[in-house]
Amino acid sequence: MGARAWVRRGRVAVTAVGVILAGATLAACSGGPASNVLTLYNGQHPETTEALVTAFEHETGITVLVRNADEDTLTNQITAEGARSPADVVFTENSPPLEFLSERGFLTQVAPSTLARVPARFSSPSGEWVGVSARVSVLVYNTDLVARHELPTSVLELAQPKWRGKLALAPGETDFQPIVTSVERRYGEAAALRWLEGLKANAGNHLYPDNETVTAMVNSGQAAIGIINQYYWYRLAAENGAAGTHSAIAFFEPHDPGYVVDVSGAGILRSSPHRAEAQRFLAFLVSDQGQRIIAHSESFEYPLVPGVAPPGGQRPLDQLQPTSISVADLGDGSTAVALLQKAQLL
Amino acid sequence: MTVTAERLAPEAPARRPARRSRRPWPILVLSVAVVAVLALPIAFLLLEAVQFGWRALVPLLFRGLTAELLFNTVGLTLVVTLFAAVLGTLSAWITERTDLPARRVLAVLIVLPVAIPDFAVAFGWKSLFPSIGGFGGAALVMTLAVYPLVYLPVAASLRHADPSQSEVARSLGAGRVATFFRVTLGQVRLAVLGGALLVALVVLAEYGAFEILGYRTFTTEIFTEFTVGFNTPASCGLSLVLVGLSLIVVLGEGAARGRGRVSRGGALTPHAAHLVPLGRAKWWVLGGVVAFLGAAVGVPLGAILYWLVRGGSSTLPPASLLSAALHTALYSAGAGLLATAMALPVALLSVRHPGRLPAILERSTYLVLAVPGLVIALGFTYVSERDANGFLYQSAFLLILAYAVMFFPLALVAVRTSLAQSPLALEEVARSLGRPRREVLLRVTLPLVGPGLAAAFCLVFLEAVTELTATLVLIPTGSQTLATQFWAFQTNTAYGQAAPYAALMVAIAALPSVVLARWFDRLPGQAGAGRRPSTEGARLGPPGTVPT
Repeated sequence: MGARAWVRRGRVAVTAVGVILAGATLAACSGGPASNVLTLYNGQHPETTEALVTAFEHETGITVLVRNADEDTLTNQITAEGARSPADVVFTENSPPLEFLSERGFLTQVAPSTLARVPARFSSPSGEWVGVSARVSVLVYNTDLVARHELPTSVLELAQPKWRGKLALAPGETDFQPIVTSVERRYGEAAALRWLEGLKANAGNHLYPDNETVTAMVNSGQAAIGIINQYYWYRLAAENGAAGTHSAIAFFEPHDPGYVVDVSGAGILRSSPHRAEAQRFLAFLVSDQGQRIIAHSESFEYPLVPGVAPPGGQRPLDQLQPTSISVADLGDGSTAVALLQKAQLL
Repeated sequence: MTVTAERLAPEAPARRPARRSRRPWPILVLSVAVVAVLALPIAFLLLEAVQFGWRALVPLLFRGLTAELLFNTVGLTLVVTLFAAVLGTLSAWITERTDLPARRVLAVLIVLPVAIPDFAVAFGWKSLFPSIGGFGGAALVMTLAVYPLVYLPVAASLRHADPSQSEVARSLGAGRVATFFRVTLGQVRLAVLGGALLVALVVLAEYGAFEILGYRTFTTEIFTEFTVGFNTPASCGLSLVLVGLSLIVVLGEGAARGRGRVSRGGALTPHAAHLVPLGRAKWWVLGGVVAFLGAAVGVPLGAILYWLVRGGSSTLPPASLLSAALHTALYSAGAGLLATAMALPVALLSVRHPGRLPAILERSTYLVLAVPGLVIALGFTYVSERDANGFLYQSAFLLILAYAVMFFPLALVAVRTSLAQSPLALEEVARSLGRPRREVLLRVTLPLVGPGLAAAFCLVFLEAVTELTATLVLIPTGSQTLATQFWAFQTNTAYGQAAPYAALMVAIAALPSVVLARWFDRLPGQAGAGRRPSTEGARLGPPGTVPT
């Protein structure tokens, strides 16, 4: 038992103390609600939110702490946190998480002047969250494998045997649930279930975790066709360039149940001690400036305030002819989830 | 036990305390406290599952998809564990016992995948071969990612196993193949089993690699349940199945381990093993090893390099690489230290004071490996926010504690193995010289298990570096780690921008990997390494023995 061992042990002990002190310092810095600071739980794409937050901080002097994670992680997290949630504002990619939180009493009323900026059908029926941007569901197809005239005009056709082995599907993706709800509303539960079973058979081994993968798989020719939200394709095309893009997107026929507009929105936590600042942030999201930032970002989403043009030469929102399903119809998505589970897709 | 020729030495009676020593209360109290902390997330899991209700859980559990997922999960776990055991053992035998050219260099390269996160292996294959997937793809990728968990203990065990046993077998007329199966395999059996246990538990809980490969297992389904229904109770109900599967693995390993011991001739002078000449087959074997390394090391590192050079055009915010790397290193090092400190009393109790209670305490801690990281994080969230007035919530310490809990079993395996192989005799001598118990612990036991503590630190560090799901919930707001950044880019298929984060993760993991490899290397020898031969005679106990 020599001195060397003692020195070695001493060094370990010093390091340990150092790490723990550093940890405690960090903990001390991150705790406690300060005034003029907002905590944002962000499920939207980080780059767009970053741009919005920077502009908001510049204009108001309010600091925004951003916590990035998937909207479902954030929703589960807020549920676990309960009345002590550090979050002031929650910003998600889809409406069901907001409806889920609203139904459970986690959200509070959004200022009427903010709600008035956006067409009422894009916001919470109870006024507890405001729609900020939107996307539309489309077909993505590999241009080497499928000719444009062969494309289905309705989402129902994708369950036909001719697409066996060719379809890529992300059944767990939050963007897919609205389509399921929409089909169920139009044709009833039994028909929706048969349709889902057809999709499952056609997808075979092409069941993927998310729409990014579906888009990439179709683009690379692993699958021939898929259902996505339009912005995934625009992003992939921007990432890959023209030489790497072997796919294209196509709309369903007007008012098809597969032709759905999905809304991204934001709400204020009932437990937030910074409601005034939170209201200013929501107002900023739907201001002309905020909406232009969304339109110019590379997330390729539609701004919702009338008069702000969409990015990347896309067809303007008011010229789309989607199905008439509303955010209230979509609810918290539990109808769709139950159907997907019955079809053994989830 | 196939080894009979060398049962010259008595079966290590001194290894087990002859008389049951008085159970030291401080160690027992500390162990119970550690187990209580580990039980916290499992209690949360049970409470949530109860809240979800049996009636809701039954239709969710007993349906077609469950059978499909169970088949996927169990089948994959069996296949990967088998392949990893065979490949790990075979490659260890090749590098330790044959005259393969450049085998020292190859041995270093074979260990390298320990530093490559599982999902980075998946990322490598997926980004270079987009069509990879399904059962075959998942089995291939996971085998390549985890076989070092078998290779490391087996190589160490082989290096220190008594070669004279094989020589006696050969002199008695056994052929090379028969000697390998009847003597060598018998000597490394415990090492293979220990490695296989870790492999099986890791595969059961793996999420990231399967997410990238698009392969569905029980673990990915649990995450889907979180995603689509924001349904924490349902996810917890499904997690019970995973805990049950892990229970089977842990009990199965315990049964297979049995009371088996590996003996060696204590009085014989140890000498280097005679290498098996491969003859003309040498070049074929070399080609095989190089091809294997190409798949296990070349593809993932090549892919990271390729994407590093190619870059990308996506505009996700280029959060500072340095800051993410520092946070990763800080949190992971804290977790390594904490988990090792927590493992020490439990290991001391189970090895030095065996009995039913210590065995139950020790074995129960393995189950935490089966609990998804997200569940553990939400459990801590719930307790901190609802029961403790937000104490430490989203602080660095709570994140470090969560990591330490998640990866505690890895630390325990390392500390316990090391402790079981350090000679009790030295402690008894110190005690007989009138040293108080505490001083013996500090001045004899701890230095002896020092390398084991280092290995425990490294194992936990390596896992924490790549952790994602618990990190997202518990990390201080505004901080990033390499893993959170890697996933932010990877899920947006911005491979070019994900690559630097993956490269840094490998770089940060490289140092502990070297330490880990060195520990396994000297495992059955004495802690002080380098003075191995002189203590050989005093070592009454069998190497590679892990008392149950």
